[in-house]
Amino acid sequence: MGLKLALTGNHAIAYAVKLADPDVIAAYPITPQTPIVEKLAEMIEQGELRAKMIRVESEHSALAACFGAAVAGARTFTATSSQGLLYMHEFVHWVSRARIPVVMAIVSRTINTPWNIWPDHSDFVDQRDAGWVMSYAMDSQEAFDLTLQAFKISEDPRVYLPVMIGIEGFIIGHTAMPVEIPDEKQVKEWLGERRQPYVIDGSEPLGLGGLTFPEDTEDMFYHIQEAMGNVKKVIKEVDEEYGKLFGRRYGGLISCYNCTDAKYIAVSMGAWSGDLIEAVNKLRDEGYPVGVLRVRYYRPFPIEDVWEIVQNVKGIVVFDRSISFGAWGQIYTDLAAGLSLYTDKLPRMANIVAGIAGVNVTSEDFYGMLKSFIDKSESGLLDRNYFTWIKIRR
Amino acid sequence: MSGVETRKLPLPHDARGRVLPGDAACPGCPIPIALKVVSAVFGEKAILVIPACCTSVILGTYPGQAIKASVVHVPFASAAAVASGVSQALRSRGIKDAYVIAWAGDGGTADIGMAALSGAAERNEDIIYIMYDNEAYMNTGIQRSSSTPKGAWTTTTPTGKIENKKDVARILIAHGVPYVATSSIGYPHDLYSKLQRAKNIEGFRFIHVHAPCPPGWRFEPQYTVRVAKLAVETGLWILYEYHNGKLTLSGPSRPYIDPAKRKPVEEYIKLQGRFRAVTEDLINEIKKYVDENWHWIKKMSQ
Repeated sequence: MGLKLALTGNHAIAYAVKLADPDVIAAYPITPQTPIVEKLAEMIEQGELRAKMIRVESEHSALAACFGAAVAGARTFTATSSQGLLYMHEFVHWVSRARIPVVMAIVSRTINTPWNIWPDHSDFVDQRDAGWVMSYAMDSQEAFDLTLQAFKISEDPRVYLPVMIGIEGFIIGHTAMPVEIPDEKQVKEWLGERRQPYVIDGSEPLGLGGLTFPEDTEDMFYHIQEAMGNVKKVIKEVDEEYGKLFGRRYGGLISCYNCTDAKYIAVSMGAWSGDLIEAVNKLRDEGYPVGVLRVRYYRPFPIEDVWEIVQNVKGIVVFDRSISFGAWGQIYTDLAAGLSLYTDKLPRMANIVAGIAGVNVTSEDFYGMLKSFIDKSESGLLDRNYFTWIKIRR
Repeated sequence: MSGVETRKLPLPHDARGRVLPGDAACPGCPIPIALKVVSAVFGEKAILVIPACCTSVILGTYPGQAIKASVVHVPFASAAAVASGVSQALRSRGIKDAYVIAWAGDGGTADIGMAALSGAAERNEDIIYIMYDNEAYMNTGIQRSSSTPKGAWTTTTPTGKIENKKDVARILIAHGVPYVATSSIGYPHDLYSKLQRAKNIEGFRFIHVHAPCPPGWRFEPQYTVRVAKLAVETGLWILYEYHNGKLTLSGPSRPYIDPAKRKPVEEYIKLQGRFRAVTEDLINEIKKYVDENWHWIKKMSQ
């Protein structure tokens, strides 16, 4: 049993990074991510962390420096939010296409303009096509565990892809809860030495990323898609190992609450899943057969796990905290597209977009939205699937 | 002309051994000339970090590579930042015998890469940054960069560039880095000795290499070295080193501190089609620009 500390989500991530013992950290400040790099800088200056810290002049350079360091054999970490993530987006793609393990934390904040520092998932899901393994935590403890596991997954030879961990700014990022920190020696043994597919350190002449013809390039990208298939297996293995060693298991790519006998499933990602679970508890008390399916890994998208849960349900409501303007919430889009590959008889589906730009959504709100969906569905009032953007005003 | 110092350091015989035949450079391209000198100094221990530029293409197609050294191809704006990361990783891993070299064109340095360059210089990262300056975006087909000289035609300045060339070496001197030098492919021995010096200095080192481009500057491919030398002989391009807070004029440029010894700038200009629309007034402006640069050199080397 390790140490228990009251930590914000940001500091929980910093403590996990410390245990992973990275060689190089490069970062640039942005609200609400800044406390992560401040904490790491403090750890380095106090001699608790041996990593070199590159205090770069932009987020583009932050991920660029991590890329360079990773290529040269270093375990690396960076963190960012919102505009910073968009600014480094070029490198988000570059790193995964180079198949180089890197770990990055995203402390979600909506995308501007106007200036707004409150959280939704728009910055995180904006990276969905970039070839990263993408996980999203629900609380500080999970943020800690996902960060530590990210290093293990990223450096698995069956994967060799970068991994990002998301949390909502302020809601998780700045709110403290008790977080269990496992034993350093035990973590070191479990995580092992840095592994990567190639190293450029002058020991032999090696080229990376030169001009490549279409067929060879397509091959490389195809291998990323293949690796994404392996990731699903590796995530489950790591979850199990981690559970045995450190006492916490989450169930892999998704986490389910009251799903076994549920006829209706509410799908969500991130911190508001807690409010959703409260709403489900209340609905269960009233006899509604409803459960929560929480997306822990957004890429690779856990469609097999989702299908296993929903194949016999009557209805699915997907709550998205982001919107693809002119289309729908992104989780819904992926889930509906994925399910269409499994069945030609989709259950009744609804996509509710809410909580955009940091608008607060409470368990009462979830209760109302879910109850209405189930009631209408049961009484035959829903003759088709629907999409709605709920603006909550108080 | 003295040139004594550079003659003491002959190029090794295997200077060509690591820049391999079959590269994709245009006829008369200055880049393989400079790369051969870099290879002669650093050999297989060079880790070249190369952003989008002519060299991205010149080095050939996967799985081949026309240089026997390590190469990391990186996005346009990121050479100095990636090189910083490589360097810090090597330091963290205790590797001391590899040399991290950012190798970028003028666009990737003076324009899109400027913020990353300035950041790495300010942090005094242990890297050598080489800017090979062909004075426009040549890889995309001759568009103006901030390093294009006044009066030069490019496809985005069809009647000639209005502004003066951005002086990147001076910007780096203002950063207070340990070593800044200007050089030219017309004087490989000078470049060689500067790279040797840079090799033995720790911290951020910047070398600005003037690199005349036949298709971009509109001259016949056999004149690359001649144009490069004329830039120095007319006093338009000045070779110097800045080290330990002191500016020293380099051998090839020393005679031209005396304006009487400089060849007329017209000799340089008339060889190049990119200056074909240059007027008398503009030539006078260019002459004034040359004088101002020399004035600065004199002041700095006192």
